[in-house]
Order: sequence, then C-alpha cells, then structure tokens
Amino acid sequence: MEGGVPAGGSYKASGLRMSTHRKPRSSLHHGELSVWMGLNIFLFVWFYFVYEQGETFYYTRHLLGSALAWARAPAAVLNFNCMLILLPVCRNLLSLLRGSFVRCSRTMRKQLDKNLTFHKLVAYMIALMTAVHMIAHLLNVEWLNNSRQGVYDNLSTALSNLEDDTDDSDHRTTYLNPIRKNDIDPQQIPTYFVFTSIAGLTGVIITLALILIITSSMEVIRRNYFEVFWYTHHLFIIFFAGLVIHGIGYIVRRQNKESYKEHNPLFCQNRTEDWGKIPECPIPQFEGGPAQTWWYVIGPMVIYLCERLLRFIRYMQNVQYRKIVMRPSKVLELQLVKKGFKMDVGQYVFLNCPAISQLEWHPFTMTSAPEEDFFSVHIRSAGDWTDKLIDIMQKLPEGSQGPKMGVDGPFGTASEDVFDYEVSMLVGAGIGVTPFASILKSIWYKFKDNDPNLKTRKIYFYWLCRETHAFEWFADLLKAQEKEMEERGMGDFLTYKLFLTGWDQSHVNYVMVNVDRETDVVTGLKQKTHYGRPNWDKEFEQVRKENPTSVVGMFLCGPEALGKVLEKKCGKYSDVDPRKTKFYFNKENF
Amino acid sequence: MGKIEWAMWANEQALASGLILLTGGIVGVAGQFRGWEFAAYSVAAGVFVCLLEYPRGKRAKGTSVERTGQYCFTVCVKAFGPLTRNYYVRAFLHAAICVPGGFMLATVLGCVCLGIASLIYLAAAIRGEHWEPILPRKEVRKPVAESIKNPPQNPPPRPPPEMRRKQAKDLESAAYDNPISVTADE
Repeated sequence: MEGGVPAGGSYKASGLRMSTHRKPRSSLHHGELSVWMGLNIFLFVWFYFVYEQGETFYYTRHLLGSALAWARAPAAVLNFNCMLILLPVCRNLLSLLRGSFVRCSRTMRKQLDKNLTFHKLVAYMIALMTAVHMIAHLLNVEWLNNSRQGVYDNLSTALSNLEDDTDDSDHRTTYLNPIRKNDIDPQQIPTYFVFTSIAGLTGVIITLALILIITSSMEVIRRNYFEVFWYTHHLFIIFFAGLVIHGIGYIVRRQNKESYKEHNPLFCQNRTEDWGKIPECPIPQFEGGPAQTWWYVIGPMVIYLCERLLRFIRYMQNVQYRKIVMRPSKVLELQLVKKGFKMDVGQYVFLNCPAISQLEWHPFTMTSAPEEDFFSVHIRSAGDWTDKLIDIMQKLPEGSQGPKMGVDGPFGTASEDVFDYEVSMLVGAGIGVTPFASILKSIWYKFKDNDPNLKTRKIYFYWLCRETHAFEWFADLLKAQEKEMEERGMGDFLTYKLFLTGWDQSHVNYVMVNVDRETDVVTGLKQKTHYGRPNWDKEFEQVRKENPTSVVGMFLCGPEALGKVLEKKCGKYSDVDPRKTKFYFNKENF
Repeated sequence: MGKIEWAMWANEQALASGLILLTGGIVGVAGQFRGWEFAAYSVAAGVFVCLLEYPRGKRAKGTSVERTGQYCFTVCVKAFGPLTRNYYVRAFLHAAICVPGGFMLATVLGCVCLGIASLIYLAAAIRGEHWEPILPRKEVRKPVAESIKNPPQNPPPRPPPEMRRKQAKDLESAAYDNPISVTADE
C-alpha cells in the first residue's frame, strides 16, 4: 500500500501500517495521462521546429547545429511541467475544486484524488527533460567556445567576432556568441562561462537542488527517514527561485527583425569579408530572448503559497476533544469537534500533534457519520507517532483535554454513490473496513430519519479479515447497530457476514467447544463467523434470490485482486432483463 | 532526526552521482570536447562508483530492501572487507574520485554531486554506521532429535489378560464402557 505524501504536510510513511489509514494509491485515468503526454509531445515538437527552422536563428544554428533546438524544446516542456508540479500537492485547493464540481461528473472529481501519482510523474518528466536540456547545452557551450577560438570555418569565426554594439538607444547587446572571453585556458572557458553567467550558475544550482530532491525522495529514504525527505524537498524553493531568473541573461540569441530585413543570411553567409562594406550585408545585429519561465510558474507559486497559508490557518484553528476512548487491542478512538468542519462519508483527515512531532501530518479515515456533531478517528498502534500518541492519551487524567491537535481536511472522494442503490453489497477487506464504519453509521441515521436521499432498503455487508485483532471496535459498532435494529423491528435491514481468513486449529477447537452458544464466539455478534474466504457465487446467488428485481450496487474497499473477482461476478450475475436483478460494481477507492 | 541512517541517503546520492559522472563523461568523449581525457576518466570513475554503490547495505533497524539483482554485487563488494565496510574509506574515496571531474564542464555536475555524497558518507561514518551486506538468510534445519532414531523395541508392560478383562461383579471400577450390557458367561 503506497503512502500518500502531500508536500507541505508531512506523512511518515511507516504509518502505512496503520489500520485506519486511507488507501490512497490510485491509478491515473488514461484520458488525463494522454492529454498530459500529448501536450508534452506537442510542446517539444513545436519548439523544436521553431528553433530548427526559424529564419532568425539561421546564424545561431550555424554555430550550434541542432543542439540549439535540442536545448530549447525540453526547455518548453520544462516550463509546462514546472507549472504543473506544484498543483497536485495543493490539497486544500483540490478540495475546493472538488466542492465546486459537486454537480459535475463523478469521474472528474476522482481524478483530483490521484494527486501524488501525478506529482511523481511530472517530476520524472522534469528530471528527464533536465537531462536532455543540460546535455544539449553542454554541446552548445563547447561549440560556442570552439567558435570563439576560431577552430571552425570563417563564418563561425566572423560571427563570433561580432562586437558588442551597445550604443543604440535601448542598450541591448548585439553580439551573437555569448562567450566573450578568450584569454584563459580554453579548456576552462566553458566552466568559467557557466559559472559567471546567470543562466549557467542558476542552471547548475537548480539542477543540483533537483538531484538532491530526487535522491532523498527515493522510496527507501521517504519511507524510513522521513525528515530527510521532508527537509530536502524544501529545496524546491531554491529550485523555483533559480528557475525564474534562469533566463534573464538573454543568452539564446537570434538575429533581430530589422537586421534580418536588411541582412539576408542565405545571401550573406559566404561573404563575411564584405559585411558592413556592401549595402546588402550590413553587420548583422542580434538580440537575446527574454525570460519566459516566470509566466508559467508565477501562478502556481502563488497558489501554493496560499495553500501553505491555509494549512497554517487550519492548524491554528481550535480543535476540542469530545471523548478519548481506549479500545481493545491498543486502538485509540478520538472524538473531536472543530468549528465549521463538514465531512462526507468515507473521507479522511490529516492530524498533526506538535507534542509528538512538529512536522508530521498523518492521514486517518474518519469513522463517524456526517450526521453526528463530532468527527472521530480510530487510531491503531502501528509506528512511532501512533505509539507516542496512544502513550500520551493513556497518561491523561480522566476527563481532561488531550494535547493540541491540528486537523487538516476533510479530503477524499465522498462515497455518496452508496446511498443511491436500493440494495448495496459492501465488501471491506482487512484495513478496508474502516470507511464502512462511517458509511454504515450514516446509512443507519438516514434510515432512521427517513432521509429521502437514501434509496437503500437492504444492505449486505461482507467483512473479510485475517484476524479480528484490532477491529473489536468495529465489531462493537456492528453489535450496537444490530441491537438497535432489532429494537425497531428492522432486523432485516442489515445482513453482515464476517469471514475469518486466518483461522487455525486453535480457532477450530474453540468453536467446536462453543458451537451451541447463541452469539458468535469471535465477535459476540448474532450472526456467526465464517471461516475461510467467501464463496462469492453463493453470496451472489443469495442476494439475487432475496432481491429478484432490484439494482444492486457493489462497493469494495480492499485489494485490487478482489476487485477484479467481484467485477467479474457482477457481470456474471447481472441479468440482461431489466426487470431482474442487476449488479453494478463501483470502482471507488475509498 | 536521531534515527536516520545517513548512509542510506549517501548511497542513493552516490549512485546518482555515478550515473551523472558517467553521462557527463560520455558526452565529453562522444563530442570530443576539450579535455576529453578527463571525460574518459569520468566514464571509468562513474562506472566504478555505480558498481560500488549499487548493492544497498543492510539497515541497522528495520527491513532492508534490496535493489534488483544486487546479490552478485554484494558478494564482490563484501570481498573487500574493511575497505568497503568502513564509511570513512568511502567518504575519502569519493572525495578523491570526484576531483578530476572538476576540470571540465561536462563532468562538473557529477563532481559536485559525488562531493556531496562524500560529505554525507562522512556524516554517516562519524555516527558510527558501517556497511553490512544483505545476504539471504540460510534456513537452518533443526537437527533431528536422537530419540527418533531408536524406537522402543518392546511393547509397554501390561498386567496379564485376566486382570485386564472387565469383572462382572465390579462394573464400576472398570477402565472402559461397553455399549451392550455385560453379562457373565453362564
């Protein structure tokens, strides 16, 4: 399970093992990827040809060949991707966008959740293009140096010798070859040029920053030594600062328009001795292109700044503890209240506890329903941060407030489709059962209040896990619901089955001895535990038999492999006849 | 910050530096740049650094994840014993290797990156870390207990059959139950 790591909040990836974490790894939609890749290719090819065939670059190309175009094309792709890279990590902005897309298609909203995968993809593209850009510029600098040294043909030498003519009114430089120095060891001139020009120096610095960011973002480092990853990633500030001023030196030069009208390169290129002496070939004048990158990145930089500011504001907002409960198997339940906090089913929040660590923000799926006036998370001991938190809570005196807690969120796709189906089959595997706490509670509230939005009349809940250790709180929740439903005579509303896939002989012995008890020995629930994996064919048959005319929605929070199996079964058991049962598999990743 | 093993990051950085040195060197040689001899050196140095850094060391705490196919490299690197185990050696080695890269533009970046890797290794060495190879754990079969080899030769001692049979007079003290009631032979 991959950990989601939004920049700006930290996420210690050892927290992956926490049971109540989200399962954020989702694959990118092919449509969006194709658009992005298409734009990259387009930009590359377009700018390649601008520089490879533009007439005003004729003389520049004489000195540099195709390396000019090979340097400028990745630069365009880099501009585009540096603009994009900050956006996927603005989680609050994305939430806002998602909110405004409420009426829009669900698929579009889901794309906004695949932020980190996209962030990494864009980062790889930046790294690749940086490599191409840098290699092309290495060639450029070497050839410019050689031209200056007079190693090449007459035209190159003549072009390089063009003096700087700055007595025109706008004081722009007019030479072509930016390497002006030739009185030190020629082997060191390229290095000298790079380190004394703004473009060169910023280029080296930001490439270095990029390399350090990448090596510290490798999975080994990110997962195990989070602070290294987090602090080093902030080199992106240097990266963007350098990037913005990288192009201000007017180094990539072309013949200016007036000069091109008077001096045609094709005619004049072989008449270098006559330049300035014949009317057709006045001395050519050149100019550098202005820095353009800042146009692309200034917007996202401002947006990102707002994002960090917003996170800080949210962090400062007051969060009250309504209840702190230690559940069995070292699971901590926190019920929190925050002004203005609104959630949907299946969403998650990020928690930060400065008493434990200033930097770390950890995501937890919420286990409360939106109908409740508080929100709750169940935190299992699974790493340093959670262990410390549980420790602190256990030492608290009765009834007192816990340590200061920052809450960011809620984030994540709302799983509202659940309420739209007459009959729902909910499958929670292992850790995936957590969002269903929220969903089941919410469904129950809606059912009790006869909420018109709730179309569900019957729920089948399948809980698959290796062992119920650390999920006793969920069993308690089911027990409480079971009791309530019986009291209201609505016992049929929810049918749940627990499948213990990790049983062993001791289980068997225990069950054999206790087979006569009314409640299940493992969970204490009225419905008995099944051992081993579910026989899906049997389950689907049962649902079909009991609901011969309904539309059944299937929701899964669990491994992909199981998803594929269930999707196939949904197809198999759906009837073409619209009056009969139909199964719809929802590919939601909670 | 106390639990960080700097060597892990130094290793990533050094591996990246090796690749960058190699790339810069290839560009310098292929483009026949001035000072291409330094580029040729960088190719060799880059390859060497990559080979040395490819096998990831074992983490002091927690599970170590190997790089694909690193076993043969692990064996080679392990063969150098204390030279590769000690991070001071690596720090100074990388510092020395990177210097010639600074004499030519194409390899300058590789030089600086390797220098940084060298500094991180120095930090690791000061903190007392060292390189441990990740080797597959050998399955140790529990030795078969001696008693298996010598099964008993004789059956266990039992009282004679007359005593073992159920006595009709004394059904309660018998060692077993009959499904059909016992009647004495008439």
